[in-house]
Amino acid sequence: MSDLWSLIFGRLTLDALPVMEIIHATNGRELASGIVGTAAAGLAVLGALYLLYALTKYRLWGPVWRNWLTSVDHKKIGIMYIVLALVMLARALAEAFVMRTQQVLGDGGGGLVSNEHFAQLFSTHGTIMIFFMAMPFLTGLINYVMPLQIGARDVAFPTMNSVSLGFTAAGAVLLMISLVLQPFSTGGWTGYPPFTEAAFNPGPGPDYWIWAVTLSGIGTTLSGINFVVTIYKFRCDGMKLMDMPLFCWTSLCTSILMIFALPPLTVATGLLALDRYFGFHMFTNGGGGNMMNFANLFWLFGHPEVYILILPAFGVYSEVFSTFSSKTLYGYTALVIATMCIAVLSFTVWVHHFFTMGQSANLNAIFGIATMLIGIPTGVKIYDWMLTMYRGRVRMAVPMVYAVAFLILFTIGGLSGILLANPSLDYVMHNTLFLVAHFHNMLIPGLLFGMLAGYTLWFPKAFGFILDPKWGYRAAYLWIAGFVFAFFPLYGLGFLGMPRRMAEYFNGAWFPLTIVALLGAVLIIAAFACLCIQLYVSIRDREALAVPMGDPWDSRTLEWAVPAPAPEWNFPATPEVEGRDAFATLKEGGYDLRAPDDGYHDIEMPRNSALGPVLMVSSTAMAFGLVWYMWWLAALGAVVCFAATVAYGFRRDTHHIIKAADVKAEWEAFCALADTTPRIPRSLEQTTQNMGHAIPASEEIIS
Amino acid sequence: MSTTRHPGLNLGPHHGKADDTAEVEVFGFWVFMMSDAIIFGLLMATYVVMSGNLNGGPGPRELFELRPVFIETMLLLFSSLTFGFAQIGMKYHPHPARMIIWLLVSIALALIFVGMEVNDFITMAGKGGVPQASGFLSSFYALVPLHGIHVTAACIWAFAILGQIAVYGLDDEVKTGMLRLGILWHFLDIVWIGIFSIVYIGGLA
Repeated sequence: MSDLWSLIFGRLTLDALPVMEIIHATNGRELASGIVGTAAAGLAVLGALYLLYALTKYRLWGPVWRNWLTSVDHKKIGIMYIVLALVMLARALAEAFVMRTQQVLGDGGGGLVSNEHFAQLFSTHGTIMIFFMAMPFLTGLINYVMPLQIGARDVAFPTMNSVSLGFTAAGAVLLMISLVLQPFSTGGWTGYPPFTEAAFNPGPGPDYWIWAVTLSGIGTTLSGINFVVTIYKFRCDGMKLMDMPLFCWTSLCTSILMIFALPPLTVATGLLALDRYFGFHMFTNGGGGNMMNFANLFWLFGHPEVYILILPAFGVYSEVFSTFSSKTLYGYTALVIATMCIAVLSFTVWVHHFFTMGQSANLNAIFGIATMLIGIPTGVKIYDWMLTMYRGRVRMAVPMVYAVAFLILFTIGGLSGILLANPSLDYVMHNTLFLVAHFHNMLIPGLLFGMLAGYTLWFPKAFGFILDPKWGYRAAYLWIAGFVFAFFPLYGLGFLGMPRRMAEYFNGAWFPLTIVALLGAVLIIAAFACLCIQLYVSIRDREALAVPMGDPWDSRTLEWAVPAPAPEWNFPATPEVEGRDAFATLKEGGYDLRAPDDGYHDIEMPRNSALGPVLMVSSTAMAFGLVWYMWWLAALGAVVCFAATVAYGFRRDTHHIIKAADVKAEWEAFCALADTTPRIPRSLEQTTQNMGHAIPASEEIIS
Repeated sequence: MSTTRHPGLNLGPHHGKADDTAEVEVFGFWVFMMSDAIIFGLLMATYVVMSGNLNGGPGPRELFELRPVFIETMLLLFSSLTFGFAQIGMKYHPHPARMIIWLLVSIALALIFVGMEVNDFITMAGKGGVPQASGFLSSFYALVPLHGIHVTAACIWAFAILGQIAVYGLDDEVKTGMLRLGILWHFLDIVWIGIFSIVYIGGLA
């Protein structure tokens, strides 16, 4: 019996169910820990079951398969990425809340979750926030916005785009499975060996981490290739590189970083897998291994990754400041050069992640100086954004609230980074909560606020109605306050010497600040709740909030030149533009909403493909089999992955034609609607009178 | 649409619209090759760092033999030459026979290379040169077989292209596939030259 069991299920036994922690509990804390774990797993299972039920009850399987899962439309793929990001954000926020609670209750020992459980919490929280919240969010925004901004019909490789999403989703699914069939890794999001080696951590936890991260890493590499080729080859006529909207520039630099920085991650996790599965000695303590190899490989990925995360947000902020100040971006050239400098410098600083691991003082000094240099182009950017607002007609719309908060908070975070970049100071503060405060200070106001600003800014383009501003402000202010309360105390705790990742402690001086941080976590949960309510309210009131004319903010770039939601074919004819702020120029000259100069033509669009979802399912199966030593499943998954890819090469009928007459009819209807829709001034843009038809800024100033 | 043309598009005399597609696909594949080059570069660097970690096990002098490795190098280089003949056949001969023959020769050379390489590994293992023996051998087995797996995958791709010719003849998709496979094929040569120089010559010097 046990032979047959292990042949089918490998090392997966009933002990993997979190409810077993309750059954085996020997004290109150283990009981509580088991209840927390079981509740979380229960929520995940219930959520999945409800999804299946709803899809079946409302007969949505067919439409979801045809219109979404197999779609290779960059806009739909972008939306799916962002949905994935928001779902994973909810889970990682809940984990953060449990961790903050534990650090309050952990004063004098005890608490809500066991030490082992706490270690899993910070590992999944970090892994999810980086790989399955931040990365899908920014990839989704780039996917949706960038091709529209450069006047393209789609990305260069639409099916590969769907495959990228499939791999990212596969990693996310694996993480959700690890909630139900435990345990996840206890090695942190960086998964440092030798702690994650088989000798110290033989269970399935680190394997979950390895395969989830590897899958999403491959997906991201492919996304980077796709975006780079799209930007180089698919810009519309007249759009030179130095005419691109800044979001496209940051997308380009981010994509280049993806291409060069993700392979080191794949190498690091791949070698760790060789150590764990085949007894290699790459990073082991004995046998001639050297874990510093891992530190170098991982941070050769990990440091540029920080800029992969932040650059698209910089792009969003550039669009926000320019749009809501009704001005062209100040210092465009400087912003582009600064972006490139940051991208290049990001590869020169990775050693600052292990200043204290025994290399020479000279090496530390060199990397410390290289690290501080990044402050220069970043400072240039901050000044450019401030000068964009200067003498502009600034409107404090929701994205602008995030952007202004970003300017202030991100600068504070940058200053704490300059402290950490000094190796001698780093010796004092490394591995304390000061570090945790620093990188959350960069990533929440920097990345997350930027993503939320972008979400608010481009939502009407994707769905045809704006997000309810009232709940948007509530969410924004709660995010800002929540961030300040949750993370500024951690700077203090760091100075008091509190190590990070600590489940229980016996130093009463730390206790008061942990309570403040918990209060911050409560505010952040409330902020997320506001975002959910905002989405609900906006969908409910979508008729009143509708902006079918597609330009609710008097924006300046091409994506606003088409109806909202954007049609499948993006543009009736690929536009021809001159100079920066392409759409602003068109509007001012009255050339928007015109028929294409040389008439309408048939448009060739890529057909749907099942390759993405097939690879998603088969790679999830392969990874799950590898985690639990279910070798048959791993082999099956691998074979299906491989066969599907080869079979895809045999596809020939890959395009369908959209008739010129259909495009003409749709576009003329849109133009006819424009004639009857009033243009509104900026003062009315947050009201229900806004139909997405703005008065150009120049005209409004004259009148 | 960008007006700069990528050099080296050899689809043949009448390719018209396929040229636009090939332009994007070939460029994209070059970019992909860059990320693959990073992987090999990092594994080579790791090998260099680890090459002294013998852990009391056998070192390069006990394990490496230059003669078979030199023959393997020649096999791979010649398969690149014959792959070039296949692409010339594709460009100048409307009938695919010539291209198919040269492609089969290239596949055969590459598969002999893989077979000899596997034989090398078995010989090494017989002398105690297994990946579990030391950090040096772990990094060797992380690097060199990955190249062999790439060569094997390239052969499978070549068979898939032959299959596509059987179904569709020498159509545009087959041609752009051949262009991309060619990039991979020659790229693997370059990687092997790196391995030959750093691992084998470097280890025996």
